[in-house]
Amino acid sequence: MTAGDAAIHVRGLVKRYGDAIAVDGLDLEVWRGETFALLGPNGAGKTTTTEILEGHRKRDSGQVAVLGQDPQTAGRRWRSRIGIVMQESSDVYELTVGEIVRHFAGYFPRPRPAGEVIELVGLSGKERSRVSTLSGGQRRRLDVALGIVGDPRLLFLDEPTTGFDPEARRQFWELIRALRTAGTTILLTTHYLEEAEQLADRAAVINRGRIVAVDRPDLLGGRNLAAASVGWSDPQDGPQRAETDAPTKLVAELSARYGGEVPDLTVSRPTLEDVYLRLTGEDS
Amino acid sequence: MSQSSVLTQPAVDGEGRLPSAARLAVNRAGIELRQYFRQRDAVVFTFSYPVLMMLIFGSIFKGDVPHTNVPFTQYFTAGIAATGTMSVGFQGVAIGIASDRTDKTIKRLRGLPMPRISYFLGKLLSALTSGLVQLAILLAVSTLFFHLHLPTSAGRWLTLIWVFVLGLATCATLGITLGGMAKDGRSASAVVLPPFLILQFISGVFFTYSQLGPLLRGIGAVFPLKWMCQGIRSVFLPDTFQTQEPAGSWEHGKIALVLLAWTIGGLAVSLRTFRWHGKHEG
Repeated sequence: MTAGDAAIHVRGLVKRYGDAIAVDGLDLEVWRGETFALLGPNGAGKTTTTEILEGHRKRDSGQVAVLGQDPQTAGRRWRSRIGIVMQESSDVYELTVGEIVRHFAGYFPRPRPAGEVIELVGLSGKERSRVSTLSGGQRRRLDVALGIVGDPRLLFLDEPTTGFDPEARRQFWELIRALRTAGTTILLTTHYLEEAEQLADRAAVINRGRIVAVDRPDLLGGRNLAAASVGWSDPQDGPQRAETDAPTKLVAELSARYGGEVPDLTVSRPTLEDVYLRLTGEDS
Repeated sequence: MSQSSVLTQPAVDGEGRLPSAARLAVNRAGIELRQYFRQRDAVVFTFSYPVLMMLIFGSIFKGDVPHTNVPFTQYFTAGIAATGTMSVGFQGVAIGIASDRTDKTIKRLRGLPMPRISYFLGKLLSALTSGLVQLAILLAVSTLFFHLHLPTSAGRWLTLIWVFVLGLATCATLGITLGGMAKDGRSASAVVLPPFLILQFISGVFFTYSQLGPLLRGIGAVFPLKWMCQGIRSVFLPDTFQTQEPAGSWEHGKIALVLLAWTIGGLAVSLRTFRWHGKHEG
């Protein structure tokens, strides 16, 4: 792939606030059409990086191209190709869902039809309801509706499912997958590793203003190569556990030993959370 | 933001045209008015302001302005129309912008393809609309209950319109400038109140301007409210009253110049100082 395929291209990005370095030589590449998750602890530089990419903050140095343009100088045309779903909802309590979505559509040259967007985020029955009557999860879907009504090529999603119950989160994920299928590039910032694992084609872990790992969620930080943990129950000695680089071989041996099925067999690799905690140094 | 981006941009590879800055301003005004008129308490306060003022002044001062045959009512109505316009334009817009910051509206708007000027014009248009409703209520109440004589010539109505529109534009641009600098709605109300109160006393709103000392008169004459009052007086008072004005005339040309100068100055400053991103945000 070349830089032309990149929706986001960042080299050596630096941002300081006084003496504190928020972003310290960050490199990042997000390909067109992929869902990319940005993971990291609070204060790692996620928000600052995102705001620079959105054109809301100036950088101190480094190269940044978003949809082929420098966000610091890009104009309205560029902005009309970008959708942003912020962390906090704005308080437009007095308006109805239909009114606010139609209003937002009016900012864009070629918006998606408001009714279609409302249906897509699952708020069809709520079109005439005031925003003040929506539940937290419904408010968040409305935020997404406002972020995508302009039919963006690139969508920034900042902590989209914070405070969701598991059912609402599953439904929300379906919505994001549908957007990805429709060809939207998505930059997802999240605290939920399961969410990154479910949605992201690739994920990056950011710590102290730098990217410390980028890969497919199932490969991140060498997860797939790490020693596997094999567990089983021995009829005489009770529960057993062994760490091995060759789990298949061990399972075959066990299978031969017990004559077929291995009692209570489990094989596991480090979870994304294990890898994340190691990379961000929160386990030390 | 480049100059051409303010105008409608031509279609690029089938992407459609960006809406013009003017259309976005109208959209903004529409949604803001809709939100505004659904906040019942704010609406009741704005539109009862001129009525309460008329009730108070109308019941305290009766008869004519001294040395003239002009009823006090005509004089007060002009003053209340001017301060009402200032209240909607200056206070209303400043607090509105600061509240937009507090409730994250500005944060959300900055991510949209909209030039700042559309946001400002939207504020101006919505202030014009509510100012017009307020003015109509004032004139109706004054006519029905306080024997106000409405102007009979088209020329005077025309004067009312241009003084009202220009005066409101002046106050709104200054409101945008101040509101853009304020941290939140609460600090904005604290900042706009003193100029509003002080100017009421030195601009000849409720007692004749010529009764003020020369120093206060000089200070008052620097600010827009004095000129707005004078312009609206020229609508409701007979031409014989011009002898009571410091210049001995209504000075329409000068009123227009002063208000225009403040508007242009205010707009220039607000375009330079307004930030989508508040400096108080993290």
